[in-house]
Amino acid sequence: MQKAPFVTSYLTEHAGDDAFATLAGYRARGGWEAARKALTQMSPDDVVNLVKDAGLQGRGGAGFGTGMKWSFMPKAADKPKYLVCNADESEPGSFKDRLLLERAPHQMLEGIVIGAWATGASKTFVYVRGEYAQPADVLQRAIDECYAEGLLGSDVMGTGFAHDVVVTRGAGAYICGEETGLLESLEGKKGQPRKKPPFPAQYGAFGMPTTVNNVETFSHVPHIVKNGPAWFKGFGTEKSPGTTIFGVSGLVQRPGLYELPLGTRLDEIVFQHAGGPLPGRKVRGVIPGGMSMPILPVSQLDVPMANEFLRERKTMLGTGGVMVIDDSVCMVRVACVVTYFFRDESCGQCTQCREGTGWLHKIVQRIERGAGSREDIDILLDVCGKMEGQTICAFADAAAWPVQGLLRHFREDFEAHVEHGKCPFPQSFEL
Amino acid sequence: MVISAETRAAIDAEIAKYPKRRGALLPALHLVQKQTGWISPETAQELAAIFEIHPIEVMEVVTFYNMFYDRPQGRHHVYVCTNLPCSLRGARDLLKEIEQHLGIESGETTPDGRITLGHEECLGACAWAPMLRIGAQYHENLDVETAKRLLDELK
Repeated sequence: MQKAPFVTSYLTEHAGDDAFATLAGYRARGGWEAARKALTQMSPDDVVNLVKDAGLQGRGGAGFGTGMKWSFMPKAADKPKYLVCNADESEPGSFKDRLLLERAPHQMLEGIVIGAWATGASKTFVYVRGEYAQPADVLQRAIDECYAEGLLGSDVMGTGFAHDVVVTRGAGAYICGEETGLLESLEGKKGQPRKKPPFPAQYGAFGMPTTVNNVETFSHVPHIVKNGPAWFKGFGTEKSPGTTIFGVSGLVQRPGLYELPLGTRLDEIVFQHAGGPLPGRKVRGVIPGGMSMPILPVSQLDVPMANEFLRERKTMLGTGGVMVIDDSVCMVRVACVVTYFFRDESCGQCTQCREGTGWLHKIVQRIERGAGSREDIDILLDVCGKMEGQTICAFADAAAWPVQGLLRHFREDFEAHVEHGKCPFPQSFEL
Repeated sequence: MVISAETRAAIDAEIAKYPKRRGALLPALHLVQKQTGWISPETAQELAAIFEIHPIEVMEVVTFYNMFYDRPQGRHHVYVCTNLPCSLRGARDLLKEIEQHLGIESGETTPDGRITLGHEECLGACAWAPMLRIGAQYHENLDVETAKRLLDELK
């Protein structure tokens, strides 16, 4: 079982309390009252508009407006509509959804029921990554409790509204976190992303209108319904309201989870909350939002963690997975780990990605072992440029961005390898 | 028949949850592997018949996903996460020590069929690195001695 965050706010306030994962414990904290309010006092459109007004952005990485996404669902009731909860958390450096599944499953389920009411969905598939077997068990127990108490099933809370929730376990493929790769996997196929259009709201799971939202995104919804958009906007920045759960890992004193308002400065997270570098070390760079997001050097950590500010520094919030790298570490080695991952996880569908990720890894490895040339560094950037924006899904971009980031800020490490034929960081972690 | 009556009943219960039969293929593969440890060609044929698809379509799915196996496995799966957050905190050294301790390399099975060892991408335990998983169980904040003891306890 995962430990509670070091800093909590409304999402994780009770995450340290084991009872919060049970229906009785959740109800004792006012749980399921927001769903009752939505289903008995609000129309579906009221709920969509409320979430739109609150400005909730998806917390799975892309940051798309949740209310907007819900509004894309067709109004007609001529065929079944589905919700999908993306619990395939696999972005390296991300571990917040695991906490929400294990310690606050009812909060997410309440958000799902409210989302189902808003979109007219009859069923939600929660797609949990295969490795999260224990979180999936906790979630299934919570779902069973909901059925037993009439919070799910053919007559939710006596309102006549019907909703089912099914847990589907993945089986170890990063690409299934991409929403259409996930839909393919849900249909029992290889998780290869679909061409868009058609978008899931028109043609989603099993060919039916579908909306896909992340675990944390659903978890915010009951709080917005309970407290209103103005309250929600009291957290975060003007353009990025609410809190999020930052997962801090790597070479810091207090790695862990921190629920903080969006717009909290990255240096505040790293140096104050997470306690800064290990004794005798200095922070060299920080990956701000999971491994797909470009790294920032220590000189650029004075940035609010919200996309409108991070974009100016050519990176993004992603999943809020903050990875701290200190002055013992060679960035060529970091590039080896990053490119190995993307080579391994490319679904192989698009040539640019399948071949590009392989070449990035090969060339980085060559530089790592001191056999690279100056030209290789330029070839890396050339390959990145030919991957970005050229493929069915954003995976190729996600593979190119971190390499571009490392070369933008730490090119000297790559040049040192090329020039001296060896690594300038004798204390760096071994591969 | 490889698939037991009990597993078959569980597969049918999964099929009932999906609007199309094939939606239950991943759940079915998890269930069958729980019974048999891996997906043999015979098992793939039986699953193909249940799902009204070709055996190759079953194998396509099996080989796409890391957690499905198309060959026999050790009694226990031990995976060390070697992604960046874990590597920064000593996961590569841990993996090397474990390889030495078991006398096999990542990707191999001990000759007595006890343990299949592997390294895995990020498992979502980044703040408690290094870590490994034994089957469904996560073990976090590990040092080499604790890891060795955990492995020695596996029968």
